[in-house]
Amino acid sequence: MSKLLVNEKEIVVPGETLATGMDNLPGNGTYRDGENIIASRLGLVQLEGRAIKLIPLAGRYIPKTGDTIICKVIDVSINGWRLDTNSPYSAMMSLKDATFDFIARGADLTQYYDLGDYAVGKIINVTSQKLVDVTMKGPGLRKLKGGRVVEVASNKVPRIIGKAGSMVSMIKDATGCNITVGQNGLVWIEGTPENEFLAIQTIRKIENESHLSGLTDKIKAYLEKAKKK
Amino acid sequence: MAYKERLNKRGFEETRPIEAKVGIIKRADGSAYFRIGNTIAYAAVYGPRNLFPRFLQDPQRGILRCNYNMMPFSGSGERVRPGGSRRSKEISLVTGKALLPVLNLEEYPNTVVDVFIELPQTEAGSRCAGICAASMALADAGLIMKDLVAAVSVGRVDDKLVVDLDYSEESYEGIVADIPIAMIPNSNKITLLQMDGMIPKEDVKKVLEMAKKACKKIYEVQKSALKDKYKVEQDV
Amino acid sequence: MYSELRNHIIKLFESNVRLDGRKLTEYRKPVTVEYGVTNTAEGSARVKIGNTEVIAGVKIEINKPFPDTPAEGGLVVGAELLPLSNPDFELGPPGIEAIELARTVDRGIRESKCVDFKKLCIEEGEKAWFLIIDIVTINDAGNLSDASSLAALAALKDARFPKLEGEKLNYKEKTDKRLDIKNSPIAVTVIKIGEKFIVDPDTDEEKAIDARLMVSSIEDGTLCAMQKGGNYPLTAEDIIKMVDIGIEKGKELRKAL
Repeated sequence: MSKLLVNEKEIVVPGETLATGMDNLPGNGTYRDGENIIASRLGLVQLEGRAIKLIPLAGRYIPKTGDTIICKVIDVSINGWRLDTNSPYSAMMSLKDATFDFIARGADLTQYYDLGDYAVGKIINVTSQKLVDVTMKGPGLRKLKGGRVVEVASNKVPRIIGKAGSMVSMIKDATGCNITVGQNGLVWIEGTPENEFLAIQTIRKIENESHLSGLTDKIKAYLEKAKKK
Repeated sequence: MAYKERLNKRGFEETRPIEAKVGIIKRADGSAYFRIGNTIAYAAVYGPRNLFPRFLQDPQRGILRCNYNMMPFSGSGERVRPGGSRRSKEISLVTGKALLPVLNLEEYPNTVVDVFIELPQTEAGSRCAGICAASMALADAGLIMKDLVAAVSVGRVDDKLVVDLDYSEESYEGIVADIPIAMIPNSNKITLLQMDGMIPKEDVKKVLEMAKKACKKIYEVQKSALKDKYKVEQDV
Repeated sequence: MYSELRNHIIKLFESNVRLDGRKLTEYRKPVTVEYGVTNTAEGSARVKIGNTEVIAGVKIEINKPFPDTPAEGGLVVGAELLPLSNPDFELGPPGIEAIELARTVDRGIRESKCVDFKKLCIEEGEKAWFLIIDIVTINDAGNLSDASSLAALAALKDARFPKLEGEKLNYKEKTDKRLDIKNSPIAVTVIKIGEKFIVDPDTDEEKAIDARLMVSSIEDGTLCAMQKGGNYPLTAEDIIKMVDIGIEKGKELRKAL
């Protein structure tokens, strides 16, 4: 007899049995052990037809091809730049991926990207050994000047962005800040001091309450209240 | 001489009061607090993260490093000299072995997951408390794992088998055996077993049975602590 | 490596605000002191400043007095920057930062004369009470130094002597006898970034520090220890301003005890 033991949006911990029997399918964050489907990480249950999957509630960012991330230059070498990706793996950006400009042999690469610079880049390749390649060629990809970078839990990024970017647009509109959210949990914000601060407070609030329903309305009310002050 | 009633008035299969919490160290990727009686353990997890020097890296999986440490003022007697002892090194090793079977480190090649266990106050059962805290911290860090790990010590005082010995029982004048055990609660598999003292071999089965029951109870506390982190935020 | 961050911080300082919205010489809130956090120590305290958390514990032992002070007890302060509290801290013996921290806390307590070491002598040249304070970091969200010195003092205030049974100490039983603490030395680390002075830096601000001055003072404003740090020099005017801030803020921190 098959039986589902959890509800949609329930919080489960590793080892918890989510369903018995063969009627359900193990999705992301779960595994099958004989008759049972078991949680393999801390997460929020999501039921999709017969599949049970978990939306992670915690965990570090792991690079994925196609992700747009905010990275920091940590080394300048002869054939490119090494970038910190706010993950266990650093990335390489080669000369040809860095700029459309012609770079002469032996040129000083720091005039393009210097140590400590932040940039929005796109991951073009991740090998099985997690060697990561990043490019700057693409719409919206650029070096970040001024502003500040704050770190958020990477699994909260989808909530901070919102459906089709609705959440982040709302924060941008209310605060007048420029905001770029990297899939790797780094967020770049630029605006006046008070507005930057409000934007960060709002993002922290989303981070803390991301697993609750009615988030968009709450954030809307929060921003309206803050703007009145 | 028979051990009719426990020196601490507990039932023979009763643990000391347990308290658990996660997310107590903000800087860490995952963290937990576990208290059993007078023994308190903090655990923090950092990782998976870059591992240097490079020759330590394993291209097939991430590695797990555990460090168990008693704070200098955490012993019941004189100050514990900081810097680690042979004892703490051994406990660090067996703690790692107790936790490794539930982790899926193949997902994170070339990295390390660091677990730091610190004890501000101890009174028997500190390695088990450390393992309980560490397994919660690993889950709090969002690592992919098959299950949690729960640990408790079972032992013999005189002619009786007891769960979760405290200091009065460890220092009982007579026959005492102390057997720390860690278990994967859902499969009942044993990931840590040590023993000092003497027990007849017939008792081994009973000891494991008692450990299993106690670990199930501890597992429930660990589970609700992990869930409570998200409930608390809901109330705000 | 942090020049962008530093420029940003300096830009904010022009309008008298900081990254987290605080004023320049404002501590994070709340600053809390909790006593008796571990019963294996003779005295202990946990200090939290915002998200920064440290624990200090005092063990009281009997030792032979140091040869140069045969009629006095002793004070030993140790500090450990636990890798549990910050991803950049490493295992191993205390590094130079931890040693500097321990020594500055030690000086603040010793030189304020808040403890009369002569009273800790039991038998001249033979036996005296030794106070061993260990500071451990639980969560480093910036400004471990002020939190540590506050915790060390609080742990001393919390301490009770163990029972002396003949020649041996019985650590299982604490007596009601407490240390006679005459005053409260408080350390405030004043930071210079660009042309501005701040207190209680957070993790980001600590990356941008030019110079710092740890100012320890007692209730009446008398200074009892100082330590200059950071890679850049200070002028005499800087130091005078920083001392004023240190004493002023010390009064505020002392209220948390």
